[in-house]
Amino acid sequence: MEKELRLMKGNEAFGEAAIRAGTDGYFGYPITPQSEVMEYLMAEKPHERTGMVVLQAESEVASINMLYGGAGCGKKVMTSSSSPGISLMQEGISYMAGAELPCVILNVVRGGPGLGTIQPSQSDYFQSTKGGGHGDYRLITLAPSSVQEMYDFVGLGFEMAFKYRTPVLVLSDGAIGQMMEKVEIDAQVPRLTEEEIRNNYPWATTGRYKGRERNIITSLDLDPARQERHNEALQRKYREIEKNEIRFEKIGCDDADYLFVAYGTSARICQKSMQLAREKGIKVGILRPITLFPFPYAEVEKMAEKVKGILSVEMSAGQMVEDILLAVKGKTKVEHYGRMGGIIPAPGEVVDALEQKLIKG
Amino acid sequence: MTEEIIIAGFGGQGVLSMGKILAYSGIMQNQEVSWMPSYGPEMRGGTANVTVIISDERISSPILTEYDTAIILNQQSMDKFESMVKPGGLLLYDPNGITRHPERKDIQIYKIEASKMAAQMGLRKIFNMIVLGGYMKVKPIVELENVIKGLKKSLPERYHHMIPDNEKAITTGLEIVEEVNAV
Amino acid sequence: MAETTIKSEIINPENLVYKKTDLMTDKVLSYCPGCGHGTTHRIIMEVIEEMGLMEDTIGIAPVGCSVLAYEFMNVDMQQAAHGRAPALATAVKRLMPHKTVFTYQGDGDLAAIGTAETIHAANRGENITIVFINNGIYGMTGGQMAPTTLPGMKSSTSPYGRDLGMMGHPLKITELVAQLPGTHYVTRQAVHTPANVRKTKKAIRKAFELQKQNVGMSFVEVVSNCNSGWKMTPVQANHWMVENMFPYYPLGDIKVDGEIVENN
Repeated sequence: MEKELRLMKGNEAFGEAAIRAGTDGYFGYPITPQSEVMEYLMAEKPHERTGMVVLQAESEVASINMLYGGAGCGKKVMTSSSSPGISLMQEGISYMAGAELPCVILNVVRGGPGLGTIQPSQSDYFQSTKGGGHGDYRLITLAPSSVQEMYDFVGLGFEMAFKYRTPVLVLSDGAIGQMMEKVEIDAQVPRLTEEEIRNNYPWATTGRYKGRERNIITSLDLDPARQERHNEALQRKYREIEKNEIRFEKIGCDDADYLFVAYGTSARICQKSMQLAREKGIKVGILRPITLFPFPYAEVEKMAEKVKGILSVEMSAGQMVEDILLAVKGKTKVEHYGRMGGIIPAPGEVVDALEQKLIKG
Repeated sequence: MTEEIIIAGFGGQGVLSMGKILAYSGIMQNQEVSWMPSYGPEMRGGTANVTVIISDERISSPILTEYDTAIILNQQSMDKFESMVKPGGLLLYDPNGITRHPERKDIQIYKIEASKMAAQMGLRKIFNMIVLGGYMKVKPIVELENVIKGLKKSLPERYHHMIPDNEKAITTGLEIVEEVNAV
Repeated sequence: MAETTIKSEIINPENLVYKKTDLMTDKVLSYCPGCGHGTTHRIIMEVIEEMGLMEDTIGIAPVGCSVLAYEFMNVDMQQAAHGRAPALATAVKRLMPHKTVFTYQGDGDLAAIGTAETIHAANRGENITIVFINNGIYGMTGGQMAPTTLPGMKSSTSPYGRDLGMMGHPLKITELVAQLPGTHYVTRQAVHTPANVRKTKKAIRKAFELQKQNVGMSFVEVVSNCNSGWKMTPVQANHWMVENMFPYYPLGDIKVDGEIVENN
């Protein structure tokens, strides 16, 4: 069958992917620059297409707790928001991580802190990859750098979320949310029936039918010894995720003397910067982490042994660069170049930064 | 082939939808495309611009600071984007409302009286399609049949009756675009 | 033959006069003796058993004294973040509309931190049942002032009594939700006497029955005591509740069949 091609905004692609992935429920609250996700879903009448529930909640706090309720029933649930709204969700995300509930959360990042700006940014890296809410937990963090990946990471996100019973964050930004690109649309995945959910997810609160004990979804255990064991189990899960799920892309790395490490929109900018640099005779490659947690430490270290320097390019004050430094272990020079406040670096200025900070520096 | 275009003018001139039709046309001829708008409060009544890239290869940055082509529909955009056309590149503009005409000598400059023509034809809404026609004449990278296919894809079904008018506007644009100077 | 009752006769099944429902677990309740939580738990579970809803029920526990409600209620349960139970219940019910979904929340959870979730779930007319335990105090954290604490009432954070000028007024959230078109049945009950227990059980049964009719939210407030928070014996606490709580929070139906009950 020929694939269906559409020109879509990143936010719309995320919405369409939600329906196609057989999502049971979307719960959200409007915030720029991602409101198109819910607008698209509402216009598409997913309740008619697949029976999917789409509900505009009274707040991001309510949205994430609706996810908790739905996920506790073994349903495929998701939300989307942008930075200030994601901050409001942190408590609920921590509860979901603690109660081991799967879901997909999209953050179309805008500049902060505070109300900040509505323009794109990557300043939520720490919040996304290091925990965000209270307690020892991690979120699988997927960083799309194209509209196609905004689409693809919904299905992939649910796959990982249910495999590990953990929330998955798709960390995008305003640029990818708002831009349009060509998207290949998949065939419709049917929503699971209640019986399938009972069989696939025996932990879910689907009603205590005869023959099984009651199911409880909770993150609470007041007994420190048991709570520690629970934490240890969570940590084992995160180590398993680190073992199995690292994803990255390498561009022009074979002959590279220098390396850009960048994700999302920055990685797109760096592709142009790479062309410009190579026109000037500077051999630079790109390592694009696709999973930010788990971070591709080993691959960055391997590249550190080959190149004369690494430039971390982020739309932030320098957050991912800390993971790069952990990976590199002093094996090569590492510098950061970033813009803040909603400014996207121009391809040329990234080349200038490379020359000044690593080549001349 | 990679063509990097900025389309800029007032909100309401159809800047974004023209970019969208252009991008869809690229998809129709199996190319890679990207469409990156300026977004935010400045869109409301102010200037609007969109970067459209059509390429045979994977598209790198959707956000650029220099362009192969600038399509300029108001003075603010002229002031901002004239200098950002690559040497040897192309600038297409509608002189309506332009008080300072382009001055670059190292680029090709074309003008198109799209606004005037749209008023004469009584089809103000498809002003942007006249401009698109002009662009197709001076930079023939998208074919008319693919533009029509793109139109059908990007217009909601209830506007499909307007496709013949759009087609007429494009043909008019093909005819009335004029070269201002040569490199 | 001496007419004495021996132990073995008492436990003979034919002599059984009362049996704990199987939908309460055997775990010893963590509530203080004399607290209304245990009774309210039991009657909810009895109603579920009598209506044959065990396989179809999902309950949501709050944060507060009843945070561990899922340890005692022997049905599928979720434990919510503080105040968010109505948001969980909204999603559970919308994703599984044929299930019976209830939240069990205290006054701090429902009427302070969770006010937005309460009001909006009610206003959307979610087909869920909220059981609201109002004892005018934060029990679990040690007797702090609640949104429902009475004027002049002492708590650990209003040690000289609730000063209305400084601390605001007690919130009659039940009357508030009754005003919303999304609620169908709103009532206020108590569990301090056998007669009140029977009335409350009837109210909860009615609430669950209405849920099957998809007519909107049913909301059952249970005015209760907190003898340890109030620093009283259980008996004193019940007297104090009758004398002080009931005048401010009068018992009875507030909204029936979607209509506000007059002269309430």
